[in-house]
Amino acid sequence: MEHRLTTPCTREALAALRAGDTVLLSGVVYTARDAAHKRMMECLDKGEALPFPLEGSAVYYVGPTPEQPGRVIGAAGPTTSGRMDPYSPRLIALGQRVMIGKGARDKAVKEALKKEGAVYLAALGGAGALMAACVKELEVIAWEDLGCEAVRRLVVEDMPLTVVLDPVGGDLYESGPAAYLAGC
Amino acid sequence: MREIKAAAVAEAVAALCIEANAHLPADVEAALHAARAAEPWPLAKHTLGLLEKNLEMARACSLPICQDTGMAVVFAELGQEVHIDGDFEAAVNEGVRRGYGEGYLRKSIVVDPLRRGNTGDNTPAALHLRLVPGDRLKLTVAPKGFGSENMSRLAMLRPADGVEGVERFVLETVRLAGSNPCPPMVLGVGIGGSFDGVALLAKQALLRPLNEPNPDEYYAALEKKLLAEVNELGVGPQGFGGKTTALGLAIETAPTHVAGLPVAVNVSCHATRRASAEL
Repeated sequence: MEHRLTTPCTREALAALRAGDTVLLSGVVYTARDAAHKRMMECLDKGEALPFPLEGSAVYYVGPTPEQPGRVIGAAGPTTSGRMDPYSPRLIALGQRVMIGKGARDKAVKEALKKEGAVYLAALGGAGALMAACVKELEVIAWEDLGCEAVRRLVVEDMPLTVVLDPVGGDLYESGPAAYLAGC
Repeated sequence: MREIKAAAVAEAVAALCIEANAHLPADVEAALHAARAAEPWPLAKHTLGLLEKNLEMARACSLPICQDTGMAVVFAELGQEVHIDGDFEAAVNEGVRRGYGEGYLRKSIVVDPLRRGNTGDNTPAALHLRLVPGDRLKLTVAPKGFGSENMSRLAMLRPADGVEGVERFVLETVRLAGSNPCPPMVLGVGIGGSFDGVALLAKQALLRPLNEPNPDEYYAALEKKLLAEVNELGVGPQGFGGKTTALGLAIETAPTHVAGLPVAVNVSCHATRRASAEL
């Protein structure tokens, strides 16, 4: 099943998503990966404001290549999400609703998603040119010193994604291969 | 003695960094097309189609195939009758600096493994230099993304574990890697040598074109068998399930110690990139 979603996302808007469904996502998406997540945790520890509002937010784990003159963004496929596992439950509890990346998540992330009605969506790993095409605007909003890991505010249009972890505990990385092995 | 100027080395490395990140090698692209044609699972076939579309878009928009333009792994085969006029290693790094700058490639190297801090120009390269007969210099740049590099593994097996032990270790590595290394993967397997040497063998195995089996029939048969077994695991493109878990598997071997059976698996992704030039 295909869904159209616009950020920010409410729990209700995500309730119908199931592992294996496809999503076309539009709206504002923030980028953050390893180093930015570490700094966000430091901000939270000190009671300082984060670079972007978490409530209903979508985060894309990506470090794009530098944009060429006249282009909005460089190649921009997802990075491995598992490295963000230690940080995600805290952000989900504070309102983050959509995580975009690739690769497996741990048990704590799955539990947090279920509890808060949030989702984990996969972008196409290694397809940097394809994913770049849906990015319409880019602005570095924090921690420029981190280079490719700086926090960017993206405006995306019909970003093609696949639901991996849904709000009811479904996991495409388990059900997809199992369905293939049962069906072949 | 033939003289090659360090500046020419830098220029060649810069061009190879840009070329390798823009196009897949013909053999890897052909393997992707063949896999899509042979894929029975609809979602997997669709996903492989999107990976082909990504290659077309990268060409049309002059964008890198993947945003992880990698650590610049550079293999140099230096003819022993060549004299390099200048600092060879500095020239290789200068080439990486220029290639990643001029090519709008991502700078992904941190200066220290624990204290981090981006070097800002993707240097230093991981340089493997070998002295060979002749008066030529062959350079290969193989940018390596770390989504797949992180899933690579090494084991010091017992000789008694034999070929079955090697097979188990390879399959276990692919199973553990799952969706993380952007499957369909390309697998470089090293067997033999020493602890340090076996990892390099696995990396070198990734340089061999996917349509070229090991020249030793025994290992060619093992490559074929292991690839078939990997593609029975069901991981599939992107880990969503399907037949195509790996596009290729190459084995490189070396003599080893009576007491040992080292094995290493260097996991690579569908964007397994390499480009070579000879000076």
